[in-house]
Amino acid sequence: MNPEPNTVDAVIDAVSAVFMVVGALMSLAAAIGLLRFPDLMSRMHAATKPQVLGLFLLLASVGLQLRTWWVWPVLLVAWIFQLLTVPVSAHMVGRAGYRTKHLHKELLSKDELEAVVQKAAKAARESEADDGGNRTAR
Amino acid sequence: MMGLVLTLTAVALALAAAGAIIRIARGPSLLDRVLAADVLLAILGAALCIDMAVNRHLNNLMLVVAISIIGFIGSVTVARFVADRREQPSEP
Repeated sequence: MNPEPNTVDAVIDAVSAVFMVVGALMSLAAAIGLLRFPDLMSRMHAATKPQVLGLFLLLASVGLQLRTWWVWPVLLVAWIFQLLTVPVSAHMVGRAGYRTKHLHKELLSKDELEAVVQKAAKAARESEADDGGNRTAR
Repeated sequence: MMGLVLTLTAVALALAAAGAIIRIARGPSLLDRVLAADVLLAILGAALCIDMAVNRHLNNLMLVVAISIIGFIGSVTVARFVADRREQPSEP
């Protein structure tokens, strides 16, 4: 037989309460990581926790508490847009942080970007030199 | 039970917001401050979601969706300009 409605309600309440507490602890973990990690890259690692998993848990708890079906697509839209936009800002911040040398090189286990950046800088310098030569020839 | 959950999450989010604000104030570089401001925005969204879930209303839903859609523009803009400004003098 179907379980009692009160039991189902209590279970849904308990699940959403656990989701809310864990989602809030994600924010707390991000703040602790921001305060204690040594450089920008490791702080970026900590900062993504409330943005993705924390938001997912809290939106799920909103959907569970309201007990209506039509809110779930809206919550899904909010989460998918967060998933699409967070990597963009993380990419830009990480790129700027690498190029302005806001990182501790000795803490990196592997640096695959260094060769690419050196090559791009060399190519830019050479094209600049070519332009200068043309301008003086003219 | 919801009162206890609300107390726990309020304490956790208040401590998290305090930590993010301390990092905004202390942060050695501009990018650290931008990152901490992003985290502060995520904490604000979390508080809005918890308010909706505990009090069972949907008044903040559009605000949460808007934050998740356009919240990244600020940090992208700042990262773009800080990259341009610091790169020029270090080039030989």
